[in-house]
Amino acid sequence: MTTETFRTCPESGLQFHKPAETLMRMNAVVAVVMLLIGGLSALAVTLTRWPAVHLLPADRFYQLLTFHGINMLIFWIIFFEIAVLYFCSSTLLKCRLATPRLAWLAFFLMVAGAVVNNLAVFGGQATVMMTSYVPMPANPNFYLGLILFAVGALIGCFIFLGTLVIAKEEKTYEGSIPLVTFGALTACIIAIFTIAMGAVILIPTYMWSMGWISHIDAALYRLIWWAFGHSSQQINVAAHVSVWYAIAAIVFGAKPLSEKVSRTAFVLYIAFLQLASAHHLLVDPGLSSSWKIFNTSYAMYLAVLASMIHGLTVPGSIEVAQRAKGYTKGMFEWLRKAPWGNPVFSGMFLSLIGFGFLGGISGVVMGTEQINIIIHNTIYVPGHFHATVVIGTTLAFMSLTYFLIPVLFRRQVFLPGLAKWQPYIFGIGMMVFSLMMMGAGTLGVERRHWDMAFTDAAIGFDYPASAYTLMGLVGISGSAAILGGGIFILITVVSVFFGKRVESESSYGTETTRLMKAEPTITPQGGHAAAGKWGFAAPGTFAMAIFFLAVFVVYYAINWKYLASVWPMS
Amino acid sequence: MTSIQPPAETIWWKQPLDRVEGTWIAIALVWSLIMFVMMPVWHIYGKQNLSNEAYRTTPAAYMAKTQAMVDQYTVRTETDQQIPVVKPPPGSDVYLLGRLWQWWPILELEKGQTYRLHIASMDWQHGFSLQPQNINLQILPGYEMVLTITPDTSGDQTIICNEFCGIGHHNMVGKIFITEGGS
Repeated sequence: MTTETFRTCPESGLQFHKPAETLMRMNAVVAVVMLLIGGLSALAVTLTRWPAVHLLPADRFYQLLTFHGINMLIFWIIFFEIAVLYFCSSTLLKCRLATPRLAWLAFFLMVAGAVVNNLAVFGGQATVMMTSYVPMPANPNFYLGLILFAVGALIGCFIFLGTLVIAKEEKTYEGSIPLVTFGALTACIIAIFTIAMGAVILIPTYMWSMGWISHIDAALYRLIWWAFGHSSQQINVAAHVSVWYAIAAIVFGAKPLSEKVSRTAFVLYIAFLQLASAHHLLVDPGLSSSWKIFNTSYAMYLAVLASMIHGLTVPGSIEVAQRAKGYTKGMFEWLRKAPWGNPVFSGMFLSLIGFGFLGGISGVVMGTEQINIIIHNTIYVPGHFHATVVIGTTLAFMSLTYFLIPVLFRRQVFLPGLAKWQPYIFGIGMMVFSLMMMGAGTLGVERRHWDMAFTDAAIGFDYPASAYTLMGLVGISGSAAILGGGIFILITVVSVFFGKRVESESSYGTETTRLMKAEPTITPQGGHAAAGKWGFAAPGTFAMAIFFLAVFVVYYAINWKYLASVWPMS
Repeated sequence: MTSIQPPAETIWWKQPLDRVEGTWIAIALVWSLIMFVMMPVWHIYGKQNLSNEAYRTTPAAYMAKTQAMVDQYTVRTETDQQIPVVKPPPGSDVYLLGRLWQWWPILELEKGQTYRLHIASMDWQHGFSLQPQNINLQILPGYEMVLTITPDTSGDQTIICNEFCGIGHHNMVGKIFITEGGS
């Protein structure tokens, strides 16, 4: 048997397989580079949509908006997710990574794909937005780059699965895989489905752009493209929920309220989320209402239920852990006394709140068949997905990065005082940004649009002054969030490349330890609920959940009322 | 650390449900069911529903139908581009087309009357966005969408494009005038 080298991190007890460690570092570093270029284009786009600034000319705006979407939604997030998959398999299971050489192939394919796609966009022949709706044509390299990238990501998924097999075979852990690895597994399964859908639509579109296929039906394209495009967001949800659980465990030693509930909720994602392309087709011609209603909800919104469960169980697990430490006063001492100055925690908690209150509620509301009529393709839509993807996914990944800098990169965090504030600047900036966009969208302001004043149009239109105010606030809060993102990049780049080394020893060797089961819960009399109130283990979390539901119900009702005011149609 | 460790109980799926979880799952499930039921209920009692009536078409065939309506019902032209303003009779089939970068023709409808509005794209995908009503529809080439509408407000409505359709996207603006009925 070949000898594999590992090191154990003295602070966290995590064990890193040397080739896996290098791969995680490289994937994370490239991810941050993508975040940087995505962030620069974000600034240009935001400053153009801020009516008082209106920075870029139209062609450059649409080009950079295309560039921004792809680099953020696809390249930044998926490079980071590949690092997360390797972490959740090799590192958490104390196992060697399967086929590191293929993992390098995956990495280089992803880099090549990203470069080819970005060059096509920069060449000016692929200003088609991330969605590249046919029959609007793009340079074939636009699709080719995405295909290469997807092949690389697919290899990464199989390496994750292979590592799980090795860990089982070599018995590197006792019992079942940890919850966080389980969550990553669901992300991986959704990713494989997603990439398959991407292949089904992007390969023919590539052939069409080469002139080998004469026609692609626009409605069919949308149906399959969104089976890929929406599913890819479910990878993110499964991944960032896993990161929430991981951070709750790392910072508080939290364990799930019950494994059964949390794992079932992840399985619901696989069963009910990745097919949800219907949300994007609610006002499309050619689909029946029954198809739309069934496919947007699967009869009972089981995927929404899954997120509502995680929204309770993640903070609930933190509350139980905190109460066990003696923070039992009132409903919220556990939360007040949480380490709000630790960016690993504060970022994760803001991510949870922003994802649920802003991203989650708006997503369900606009995914309602009829309400979509007053929201489709308005700037409400990017308002929604910046709350889910940027506050939910990106902010969760940023928080995890603060943990990984000392543990994975063995460096001290540069400017720790600034790092304390970074999640607040970024998170709150992004929350205001999303809310203002949703407000402007409610007033009908369009997404993907260079000029809300219609200066050069033959027929003019004036939005109400409030729409301009809201778009101005979008510009200001967006710039604040980008500042927060810039601080994150500054801190991570300086820490990783020039930072002071962590002092403790962590040398490589061939010895490994086995991942042991968690300590059994010492159940106080009457269940661990005894530590809470009213027979509830986590009364504070329950109260927050009820508050969340109240906001949800009220906002949902308001949107029906608004819909009832528009022209009757049937 | 525990969520990143294997569960303490090997048979974790037999662990009893915590009360806080059980209660919340029940509440959330009821809410999910209410949200589901709201959609079919609105089809029965609500007034804003898409018929989802649609037909396959071609740019040439759709252009011919639109041109026939324009030839028959044009009342005047507007703007430097001499865009026809069409006033079709209440209850009739009204044709609107989206093309790079124009909604054509301009329509004049009567308040309180019902029309069968057809919309299709001649080229790429477009977004029909009626403002300030805020009715938004996806318009595809090859598909003719039909919508029965009853304008119940008077005044101008502007159609803007809210699906990116190339460099002239932000100039793609059309109009629907709503006149007081009774003429």
